Amino acid sequence: MADSKYRVENPEGGEQKRVAGRAGRESASFLHVPDAPHRPGDEPRFARFTQQPGDLSRPDPLAHYEQLRPHATGLVRVLNDDGQAAGPWDPKLSPAELRTALMIMVHTRQLDRRMLTMQRQGRLSFYLESTGEEAVAAGAGMALLPDDLLFPSYRQQGLFLARGMPLLDMMCQCIGNRSDNSKGRQMPVHYSWRKGNLVSISSPVGTQFPQAVGAAMATAYRGESHVVATWIGEGTTAQGDFHYALNFASVYMPPVLMHIVNNQWAISTHRNLSTGGKSFAARADAYGMPGIRVDGNDFLAVHAVTQWAADRARQGGGPTLIELLTYRAGAHSTSDDPSRYRPSDEGRLWPGGDPIARLAQHLVELGEWSDEKQQELEHKAERMIAQTYKQAEKVGSLADGPHDPPETIFDDVYQNLPEHLQRQRDELGG
Amino acid sequence: MATMNMIQAVNSALDVMLERDGNVCVFGEDVGYFGGVFRATEGLQKKHGTHRVFDTPLAEGGIVATAIGMGINGLRPVPEVQFADYIYPAFDQITNELAKLRYRSGGEWFAPLTVRAPCGGGIRGALYHSQSPEAYFTHTAGLTVVMPSNPVDAKGLLISSIESDDPVMFFEPKRLYRGPFDGDPHKVPSWQGHPGSDVPVGHFRTPLSKAVLVREGDAVTVVSWGTMVHVVRSVIDSSDVSADLIDLRTLVPMDLETVAASVRKTGRCIVVHEAPRTGGFGAEVVALLQEECFWHLEAPIARVTGWDTPFPHALEWDYMPSRKRIADALTRVMEA
Repeated sequence: MADSKYRVENPEGGEQKRVAGRAGRESASFLHVPDAPHRPGDEPRFARFTQQPGDLSRPDPLAHYEQLRPHATGLVRVLNDDGQAAGPWDPKLSPAELRTALMIMVHTRQLDRRMLTMQRQGRLSFYLESTGEEAVAAGAGMALLPDDLLFPSYRQQGLFLARGMPLLDMMCQCIGNRSDNSKGRQMPVHYSWRKGNLVSISSPVGTQFPQAVGAAMATAYRGESHVVATWIGEGTTAQGDFHYALNFASVYMPPVLMHIVNNQWAISTHRNLSTGGKSFAARADAYGMPGIRVDGNDFLAVHAVTQWAADRARQGGGPTLIELLTYRAGAHSTSDDPSRYRPSDEGRLWPGGDPIARLAQHLVELGEWSDEKQQELEHKAERMIAQTYKQAEKVGSLADGPHDPPETIFDDVYQNLPEHLQRQRDELGG
Repeated sequence: MATMNMIQAVNSALDVMLERDGNVCVFGEDVGYFGGVFRATEGLQKKHGTHRVFDTPLAEGGIVATAIGMGINGLRPVPEVQFADYIYPAFDQITNELAKLRYRSGGEWFAPLTVRAPCGGGIRGALYHSQSPEAYFTHTAGLTVVMPSNPVDAKGLLISSIESDDPVMFFEPKRLYRGPFDGDPHKVPSWQGHPGSDVPVGHFRTPLSKAVLVREGDAVTVVSWGTMVHVVRSVIDSSDVSADLIDLRTLVPMDLETVAASVRKTGRCIVVHEAPRTGGFGAEVVALLQEECFWHLEAPIARVTGWDTPFPHALEWDYMPSRKRIADALTRVMEA
């Protein structure tokens, strides 16, 4: 058992004083400003996850939400520390499915690496990686069906890979060249892919959460069987849109899965400053819906919980709030320097470990994988991604283009070009 | 044809569109069972069903956000914001999401919403039941901004708005719901007998982005929209000035051609709106006209607007552009 100082219900939060008051003061009142558990120079000391696979039951998907109360403050796990799958949440995927998952996650990580390098070389204006969180996207991406409509946040590039958006198209979006399907209008990683039922990503955080609830209301309105899923970060749970989403979902009970990716950091804002609560999933209870906290670095657990919530939604059971406990291993974006606010080895010591290493270890345990195969997969992915990037730059580079002609600035503001924009277009052209 | 007031016309447009298009749904605070605080949705839930006309929690941001999601997923939602004064919690969703969705996705995604919101003063509503916030939205690319001034336009423009694949901000001047307020606070006007109250019962469209010449003259052009159209008209009718009165109806995209043609003819112009002056849409109209018609102008273009103050309660009639202020501007512009 870990050091008792850190044996708390939220393994990520460290010890936080929740009682106001300070000895020796005349008044008990003082402003409590929480801090992160570790700062640069500190030795990170996370508690190990106390919950083991099998500790939490897997209720029927249509169970009353109150039966899920232990799941909102506990932690659903499938993979144990030795890489073995255990407990009722084991989704029992085939080795082929597990290899597909590993491939998606490895490709996501290699894509991030290549694009970060390209950004450092000045070939991209910006990039935003999902390193350490690959299982969050891959688990949900594989558990959901192609017809399901997804409203991602900007750190879920793995969803686009899981759904088969061509890497070349993703890279062209990041560059903003003529093959960018959003026509060079959005910053890198703000993908849109209608063919894959992936709704356009925006930068304002959390706006997609209540939109997804509305989309699910439309699904229910037409009596269709697909579900809607959406993602936000734990920092964004502070926004009003988060409450709008949960509250409307609690009233209309549409088929929606709401994911909180709790990766500990919102740029430099630690989760302790995002909420005074211990569990994000526990918010669900107040809205009369199930909340489930899951080990976000455990692909099998993410897959299983997504499938459970999707089954519930498809059977008319309504919304589920899912908290994915994970760690943002990289910087927020290429404009961020996390060494200024957190210890550099904090991610390495995260009790959830590395999601790719854990799934690979599991496949090795099953006798379906080896270190050599893992290395080969990573090298092949790296080479293929490097080659694809060259192709993307042949289509056009950020600096040299060719870009879409300037007058396309005026396209898609409205369905048809109105007269005042026609005049401005002429002005630009003239 | 039937005689309708503006509330009945709005109700009729919603009814017609609910009937014609199964993807149209109508919702907002007090909109469903009760039929709306202004009765705009009266009887619609009973007729079309609770899943098509329904009540929402009290959260304008949530109403518009969920409407956007519905629009993305194939519906044609018509959310109501109970008073335009309460639209600001939805401002981010409207300006950053709704207005930009088509653009940012390269045309892949759009949400064909019509956001209805009663606006304007003259009902003793003070600061928070009287605002005319149209300029916040005319400044945002991607939105169509509409404000009808009579029942037949309200119905025809609302139908066109709902059928549009672009998002529309549809502002309804609440002082006009029951009658064409002409600037006299002591009168209780009725739409009975007003030509704008002859409304086709079924489906028809009034084109967006088309201004209308309400009355014709040759000495001066008055450009207005919303409640002020009627106040201006009463001033012109009781003066001996021969004036064109143009009701813009759609502010963005605006029908500049109609307005500019009139100003080239008259050489004089006044813009009248209820919203505050600084940064009001009138400023844009004036700027466009001086670009388009400068050499035809014989006098500076005048503005008569609400003051640059919050909207007061007891001094409401000193805030809103009065007949006297409009008449003074008319004299000033004619004498210049």
